[in-house]
Amino acid sequence: MKKLSVLLVLLLLSTTLIFAQGGKEAAPKADEPFKVGVIYISSPGDMGYSYMHDQGTKAAEAYFGDKIEVIRMENVPENDGAARAMEQLVDAGCKIVFANSYNYQDYMLQVAKENPDVYFEHCSGYLSNPNMSNYFGRMYQMRYLSGMIAAKMSTSGKLGYVGAFNTPEVVRGINAFALGARAINPKATVTVVWTNTWYDPSLERQGAIALLDQGADVIAQHQDTTEPAKAAIERGKLAVGYNADFRSIVGSDSVLVSPMWNWGNYMIPAIESAINGTWKQQSYWGGLEDDMVKLSPISPLVPKDFQAQVMAKQDEIAKGSWDVFWGELKDNTGAVRQKAGEKMADDKMLTMDWFVEGVIGSVK
Amino acid sequence: MRVVVEKRDTRSKRMAILIPLVSFIVSLMLGAIVLIASKSNPLQAYGAMLNGAFGNARRFQYTIVESLPLLMCGLGVGIAFRLKFWNIGAEGQYVWGAIGITWVMQFWRFLPVPMLLPVGLAVGMTLGALWAGVPGFLKAQWSVDETLTTLMLNYVAIGLAEYLYINKWKAPLGNMGTPEFPREAWLPQIWGKVHAGIFIALALVVLLWFLLYKTRWGFELNMIGKNPKAARYQGVSIKRNIVLAMILSGAICGLSGSVNTAAIAHRLTKGVNAGYGFTGIIIAWMSGLNPFASILVAVVMAALTTGADALQIAMKLPESMGEVLQGLVLIPLLAGSIFVEHKLKFIKKEAA
Repeated sequence: MKKLSVLLVLLLLSTTLIFAQGGKEAAPKADEPFKVGVIYISSPGDMGYSYMHDQGTKAAEAYFGDKIEVIRMENVPENDGAARAMEQLVDAGCKIVFANSYNYQDYMLQVAKENPDVYFEHCSGYLSNPNMSNYFGRMYQMRYLSGMIAAKMSTSGKLGYVGAFNTPEVVRGINAFALGARAINPKATVTVVWTNTWYDPSLERQGAIALLDQGADVIAQHQDTTEPAKAAIERGKLAVGYNADFRSIVGSDSVLVSPMWNWGNYMIPAIESAINGTWKQQSYWGGLEDDMVKLSPISPLVPKDFQAQVMAKQDEIAKGSWDVFWGELKDNTGAVRQKAGEKMADDKMLTMDWFVEGVIGSVK
Repeated sequence: MRVVVEKRDTRSKRMAILIPLVSFIVSLMLGAIVLIASKSNPLQAYGAMLNGAFGNARRFQYTIVESLPLLMCGLGVGIAFRLKFWNIGAEGQYVWGAIGITWVMQFWRFLPVPMLLPVGLAVGMTLGALWAGVPGFLKAQWSVDETLTTLMLNYVAIGLAEYLYINKWKAPLGNMGTPEFPREAWLPQIWGKVHAGIFIALALVVLLWFLLYKTRWGFELNMIGKNPKAARYQGVSIKRNIVLAMILSGAICGLSGSVNTAAIAHRLTKGVNAGYGFTGIIIAWMSGLNPFASILVAVVMAALTTGADALQIAMKLPESMGEVLQGLVLIPLLAGSIFVEHKLKFIKKEAA
């Protein structure tokens, strides 16, 4: 009972404070900036995924200046806490809310239905609502090009890939990487380890070490931090980055290249249309042609003439004269999944749950 | 001069009230230093946190929803703590509750839909009880240290849940999680975000209070914790009670996982191990194992979480600042509690 009375006192104390706080909420002014809410799965300090999203947010801030006010929420968990965060942003007056992780989508849909006056933008999922869009980029195009470079620079032909989850997004990236690698070295293999986390510096590093122990000499990754690349470099091996330009972040030419995101190119028009009232629901999947994805500058370790070969391939993709999942495709059990001359449709790519020939590992 | 910590002769009632209060003020002041160092006005920041946790009906609802699993896990581990059995496996037992209800919802479809929810809750509860019963049995039979077993079993449960929602039970379409439960089998919401789990949690509070303070069994548990020798002379079976208490403890933590899954995520998915089981330990500890006091502690802890959101929104502070403040609230409160039963004694060195 003693503790109980203590807690009663505490509660009383806090309630008085609440009432003292009540009524302080300022009424919105006419010339208030347009409020934009942004939710990140990790902290922009990860120097990877959320960092690049924040670069997009900063690009929007630079573009709009005083016209917008951005409210950021970082390290938001993928559970009810996400719905709470979104509602708090709506509460704070945000008219458009971005969220950057896959498992936010159910919670965003729920909050979007309850707040029809606010626009919602979900990155990397597939759910939508009249006031909720989803957006992503054709990162697989860059994965293919980075796979070419990895295979060229590998001496063993054994490439390692640290993957987060067996979602279509990750599987597609691994497949594209393997196709690019085998276009250069038909004997190259890509071994996959799953970490079952987007963001965990220590697990990501452990995954890379497991691959290095198995003889991989280039480590690629679908993770949020630079740890897999760092682990490879510390062993004197090579790495392929992701999200941001790892070569400049890690400070080593052993990072051959990094497929990168350019989120600002989506966020700026989305915010602009929300301000103008011309916002439209869409499922956006931009590629090289929209500058949504790009390749970082390539390491000087890669021969100049080969760099030119990669750039030539990139031009083909940009022009639309060729794409990664065109032509005959076999899965890693040898079964033909797509006949020669066929071009894979977007819906097949967005639900991909099998590995191409040359990938060692299992999706399930 | 030497300083020694000495046990008080009697539990001081005045101290029991004064010390947590002082501790709380100390923690607020510590937090203020950190806030000032990061160029924020502490009063504004605390105001924003309170406002974020209780400022309107919606925020209050979120705080209640967040407090329910904390309360239930706190009640669960509290039972084991009465015996000085350190069950830190609530997280795993909670996860088993989530697995259990998902198993029923996904694979027991031979049941009529209205039966899925009650059966699912019962199965989740049972699995939590069994999972907790194992370390209880090991301790009772062979004195295996429960701190280690309960802790390690958490990671087994979490790993299994991951395997299920990422691989075995995964929904098609590359979703990261199992298929959604049938809508008719969700635990309904009764006031905004607040779901019917609140009735289950409050009923548990009353039930446990009765069990622990009004029945012979509750008396036995207390005796085992306070004075195992005396209990043994009285003919109380310590082994049997350890296993029973752990089963009840795990059942409540498991039920907590089932309730939350049926009410919020409606499927087994990433984020199932949200740390409620671990925070439950703090709830049990700070409430002095009193079920009614647990309600208040759980609400305060939940408010620290929901309020921390507001720090990012209103104060534009990074998320980590919320965590720092939460930690700073806990340390003085937990550290201060030692002075309820102990006092400092200053002994002057005698002249040589």
